Amino acid sequence: MADLFSAARPEEILKQANPWFILLTCFLALMANLVPVSGLALILRPDFLMLVILYWCIQEPRYVGVGVAWALGVVMDVADATVFGQHALSYAVLAYAAEYFRRRMLRFPLWQQAPQVALLLLLCAALVLLVRFVGGAPFPGASYFAAPLVGALLWPLLSVLLQRPQRPTRSPNEL
Amino acid sequence: MFADTRFRYLEGVRHVVAVALYPVQRAVQLPGEAIAWVGAYFASKRALTDENDALHKALLVQTEVALAAERLRTENDNLRALLELSRGYGGSAKAVEVLYTGRDPFAQKVFVNRGSDADIKPGYAVIDALGVVGQVTRVFPSMSEVTLVTDKDQAVPVQVERSGVRSVFFGSGAGRPPELRFMAPNADIRPGDRLVTSGIDGTYPPGLAVARVDEVKRDPGLVFAKITVTPLAGPDRSTHLLVLGAAPPPPRPEEPNDAAATKKGRGKGRRGG
Repeated sequence: MADLFSAARPEEILKQANPWFILLTCFLALMANLVPVSGLALILRPDFLMLVILYWCIQEPRYVGVGVAWALGVVMDVADATVFGQHALSYAVLAYAAEYFRRRMLRFPLWQQAPQVALLLLLCAALVLLVRFVGGAPFPGASYFAAPLVGALLWPLLSVLLQRPQRPTRSPNEL
Repeated sequence: MFADTRFRYLEGVRHVVAVALYPVQRAVQLPGEAIAWVGAYFASKRALTDENDALHKALLVQTEVALAAERLRTENDNLRALLELSRGYGGSAKAVEVLYTGRDPFAQKVFVNRGSDADIKPGYAVIDALGVVGQVTRVFPSMSEVTLVTDKDQAVPVQVERSGVRSVFFGSGAGRPPELRFMAPNADIRPGDRLVTSGIDGTYPPGLAVARVDEVKRDPGLVFAKITVTPLAGPDRSTHLLVLGAAPPPPRPEEPNDAAATKKGRGKGRRGG
């Protein structure tokens, strides 16, 4: 169990994820997003659901794609009482970008994936900002972009946790 | 998104998803509430005695005020009867508790624990012990969304308590002080003035404290004075709020004569009311 937090080695071929596990992680991420916090924690809290969707779009594009991301975005819109479709749009764009970049992304080690994830998350944040500007909202301050960066920092840890059940149980070098 | 922002067509969909999501939201809040409950259970006897003493003292002070208020109300009733004015605020009031503050960084909102189950309707005013907090903007079956007065472009009609000058209080979003817009540079308003609701919109009952004037900049080069204010109430300071039901609206003025109106409006319908 010492290697609970270690990433999969390149020679380990991940097993296919259980759809129920994907559903469970999405649900847990949604719950994490709903935890009532305020102040600094609220500013720094990344969008966990977004990170989990991004992970599954990269790892299991057959199960999680633009449609699923959009549906989860609608749920998130209602939970946050934001403009209807704001999260849905950003999640859908994220899912599409993940689909586009996934083959390249998977070739990098986790810590090198993080900056790329940061770029994708910032893109989505900027998209939401644009949507809200059109609706007449004020600029919420530069701290608005803190959450995507924190999310990118969490990316390696989240990836390791999410890929844990898919790791082969036997050593690949065993005969 | 356009349909939602401009026309609010999708409220039905929002309600359905909100009802489905409600158990999850409550479940997430339970650990925090449990900790608070256990903490309250183990509050020391000493603290409770102190609080009891303080409350007794406050009660004594307020008894006097209450007695005076009783006398003033009778006097006021008599005067109003004399002037045949309508009675003041006549709506209902519901005590609610803040569940959580909104997570949307673009808007200033809180969510409270009663909704259409307690007959709360959109548009009701929300106050705390210090003054006006905001207005109910969305109602779900067992919670409602309250938009704070500090939300951008949220308007409250106010009156300067000292001089009686009427104005409109506009929120400016997070981190920026609300302001009174469109006030003439020579308006009788000074820093330190208390602003109360004027009640002319029919949403906020008259006489509720809203804000204190911070700064008045009278630039002769500008058409309007720049007046920034500080809101008195704050959901960050109180967890218990009061939702005030709408007072019965004043009777509609009589419809103007149809024939005369069509002539003036060139057959395109009546103008004004």
